[in-house]
Amino acid sequence: MAKRIDVSGLSAYYGAHKAIDDISMTVEPRSVTAFIGPSGCGKSTFLRTLNRMHEVTPGGRVEGKVMLDDENLYGSGVDPVAVRRTVGMVFQRPNPFPTMSIFDNVAAGLRLNGTYKKSELADIVERSLKGANLWNEVKDRLNKPGSGLSGGQQQRLCIARAIAVEPDVLLMDEPCSALDPISTLAIEDLIGELKERFTIVIVTHNMQQAARVSDRTAFFNLAAVGQPGKLIELDDTERIFSNPSVQATEDYISGRFG
Amino acid sequence: MSHAVQDRPVAFAKPRGPLAHARLPRWAPAAVAAGSVAAGTGIGLAAGWHSKVQWGMLSALLFVLATYVVTTKVEGARQAKDRIATSLVWVCFVLAVVPLLSLAWVTVSKGLEVLDGYFLTHSMNGVLEVEAGGGVYHALLGTIEQVAIATLIAAPIGLLTAVYLVEYGTGKLAKAVTFFVDVMTGIPSIVAGLFVLSTWTLMLGFGPSGFAGAMALAILMMPVVVRSTEEMLKLVPNELREASLALGVPKWRTILKVVLPTAIGGITTGVMLAIARITGETAPILLLVFGTKLINPNPFEGAQSSLPLYVYEQYAVGTDAAVARAWAAALVLIAFVMILNLVARGIARWKAPKTGR
Ligand SMILES: Nc1ncnc2c1ncn2[C@@H]1O[C@H](COP(=O)(O)OP(=O)(O)OP(=O)(O)O)[C@@H](O)[C@H]1O
Ligand SMILES: [Mg+2]
Repeated sequence: MAKRIDVSGLSAYYGAHKAIDDISMTVEPRSVTAFIGPSGCGKSTFLRTLNRMHEVTPGGRVEGKVMLDDENLYGSGVDPVAVRRTVGMVFQRPNPFPTMSIFDNVAAGLRLNGTYKKSELADIVERSLKGANLWNEVKDRLNKPGSGLSGGQQQRLCIARAIAVEPDVLLMDEPCSALDPISTLAIEDLIGELKERFTIVIVTHNMQQAARVSDRTAFFNLAAVGQPGKLIELDDTERIFSNPSVQATEDYISGRFG
Repeated sequence: MSHAVQDRPVAFAKPRGPLAHARLPRWAPAAVAAGSVAAGTGIGLAAGWHSKVQWGMLSALLFVLATYVVTTKVEGARQAKDRIATSLVWVCFVLAVVPLLSLAWVTVSKGLEVLDGYFLTHSMNGVLEVEAGGGVYHALLGTIEQVAIATLIAAPIGLLTAVYLVEYGTGKLAKAVTFFVDVMTGIPSIVAGLFVLSTWTLMLGFGPSGFAGAMALAILMMPVVVRSTEEMLKLVPNELREASLALGVPKWRTILKVVLPTAIGGITTGVMLAIARITGETAPILLLVFGTKLINPNPFEGAQSSLPLYVYEQYAVGTDAAVARAWAAALVLIAFVMILNLVARGIARWKAPKTGR
């Protein structure tokens, strides 16, 4: 079930350093929202606050509210582990588990959580690998180590692993930055398919990619190095790339920046 | 084609371009080494030195000097420095390996004199120590039991401590634990023995037993396990932990199912090295296990023996038969440690993360 994310007044800290300041936005279900902005403006930090991964970093701290439909992720009594089962994540660098086979990597989320029926496991793995457009490439070597795949295949394996636990939201932090154009295209197509089922948020430095895959685009910026990052504007991707309402956005997109 | 020819080092070749320079042929270092050894031996003989160590030292010195001179002549000053560094590394390597090989050689050749099936399966019961006969079975059994108990105590505690330090510890407690682990690493084995003696034996009034010795061994083993496990856990990339956490896996399961399996090869090797270290301990065994000529399979009651203690006792007796037994027992000890090491390597290789490319 894709869910709506409603962020209000969210700030995140690393120890005493405030990395993002007072961000409010709504992410629509069954859509792709892209985050763009200069390096260090807090895109990754913000993304990680959406599934409570930010607090895994030593000193990481969050203020504000993140509503997933009508439940506050930072409400008292909310279990971060349960949040992460609902809001999945794909990282910048592919990180399959080196001790596990391809099959076990995809099954890892279910196995490690103990939330599966044995008879269903093979089906779920197959469905997830097909969902990640990887099935045809690996179906003959499911028992081989996952780290033996190419970088692009590994990244799709990580996507399969993330969707195998059936999250409501999928967060992707620069999922294509380590990949060649063909793998990138494969993953972009995949994102287009996945948005039928999930709410997707993707961080990217590639303007064309944002324009290609996303329905809505959020531009983040920071006043100066060391200052916290802020959300400048969030709008339909077409508007952001044709006629943004803030000058800084236009400057950034057209490359007249800094 | 001409490239392939040009790339091959030719003896005393003239430089052909601005980037090429004359190079010594591949066999040159070996030739210089052989020449140095010959010269060292010759000079040693001529001067009438008896010590082979002196011959060796002279050869090593000649080797380094000759390498330098020859290379400067042929290849130039910069290459000479490079070669001299290489030759120093080689000399150090030989210096390290020669004692090791000679130790292994002496132990094997002297140990094999009495080492046989009878020696391995009999104790010293009813054998006069000054005469031949008897065996090492009781000591081998004692060593295996004491080391096993020490490992059962120290490995889990050490492992959990390391997991705490790497995965959970941030505050003052972690700093304090690290400090005490460091201090414990330096504890001399006799002190660990005295500690157990004063508490277990003197205060609580227990007699000598394999278990008392195992406790002292565990004290010696624990910091080694903590340290090596800690290093191995730190090598596990954070990305793997995050990948697992982001799947909604609780932290403890992440550690159990992702972090530890990834590091298990290195952890096993570390534990095995720790075992190898304590297997040779004599002092705490002498204090706490006491030693006996009889087979005592019960590590919790009564004196036992152990291999290093047996070696010490037999050597102290001093007769030819006893010294031969000491060498044989030393060989058994080395073989025991070696087998453990091989097993550890096997496990490490078997469990290591596979790249499978
Ligand atoms: N682990 C950390 N500890 C301390 N500060 C951090 C940490 N990670 C990020 N920061 C700081 O937080 C700010 C935002 O970083 P973040 O990684 O979110 O930027 P980003 O927009 O994702 O940049 P990029 O486009 O380069 O990935 C930066 O000033 C960075 O220095
Ligand atoms: Mg980032």
